[in-house]
Amino acid sequence: MSVLTVIQEFLERLFPRSGGSRQDVKRRLQLVLAHDRADLTPEMLEKMRQEIVEVISRYVEFDAEGMEFSLEMDERVTALIANVPIRRVRNEVL
Amino acid sequence: MGRIVVITSGKGGVGKTTTTANLGMALTRLGRTVALMDADFGLRNLDLLLGLENRVVYTALEVLAGDCRLEQALVRDKRQPSLALLPAAQNRNKDAITPEQMKQLADLLAEKFDYVLIDCPAGIESGFKNAIAPAQEALLVTTPEIAAVRDADRVVGLLEAHGIRKIALIVNRIRPQMVQANNMMSVSDVQEILAIPLAGLVPDDERVIISTNRGEPLVLEANLSLPGIAFHNIARRLEGEKVPLLDLDAPYNTLMGRLRRFFSR
Repeated sequence: MSVLTVIQEFLERLFPRSGGSRQDVKRRLQLVLAHDRADLTPEMLEKMRQEIVEVISRYVEFDAEGMEFSLEMDERVTALIANVPIRRVRNEVL
Repeated sequence: MGRIVVITSGKGGVGKTTTTANLGMALTRLGRTVALMDADFGLRNLDLLLGLENRVVYTALEVLAGDCRLEQALVRDKRQPSLALLPAAQNRNKDAITPEQMKQLADLLAEKFDYVLIDCPAGIESGFKNAIAPAQEALLVTTPEIAAVRDADRVVGLLEAHGIRKIALIVNRIRPQMVQANNMMSVSDVQEILAIPLAGLVPDDERVIISTNRGEPLVLEANLSLPGIAFHNIARRLEGEKVPLLDLDAPYNTLMGRLRRFFSR
């Protein structure tokens, strides 16, 4: 390894053109395994999302754009994560 | 009774058979008697990796049919007499044998040997079900690639559903340089994702190909190569020894290497 290549690589680290693929593969695997393990079809997941949205919207007004709904996993446990930014609580339940 | 261990992976071509051959040999070096069972009926390869292909006379099927005794079908290794291979039939398919028959054979072998290692075929169909039926524990082989890890995860679920709780991971074909460059998952990345205990790691190495060309498992060499040591360490861990993980980064632990890693954080 010549000094020049080290300097070149050093500069690339400082001003990265693009990151390595290691984070990409980990992210993709975590997503696909969360779905594999839960054994939920995308249709079931979507139906569940719609029904949950229905219930929540009876009680609060929320930001549909900012809503996140996904399967995530930690160790061998899969979790359904829903993040619902609430704008305002309804005075009366619909 | 000996321990019955299945070596499995889901995906093909990740190194199950190489692992079976080398682990079997390594265990005999530790003073154990070992029977290797090829569960890949129709696509048997374990005899080739052991260099025993010319000595196969009978297979598991002849034993089951009563055409020969179990002892006659076992191919003893001349280099290592405490290792024996029970070959699979090559001219038949996976349905030539049932899970009950596999269990029957493995149990007979476990009476005579300290270890029975079962080389599982790729896939999760009948060949897989045959191979895991007799096993009390499993070694899961994977490579740091997306498809291999996904398939391995599916296999963990199937093994657990079958009541095999003792599962340990072998990460094969690690390329330390690619991991350093953040272009390959590390052993701990893979282990974190699969969330099962680690039995060991094996570096990607040309010597593995050379040893399969010759039919001489790496662990037979007097002076063990790095992948040879890797398999030997896995065998020691199977025996319950605490062996530190191989440091594949050692060649990169120069001043320049450390500098470059520092800046890559």
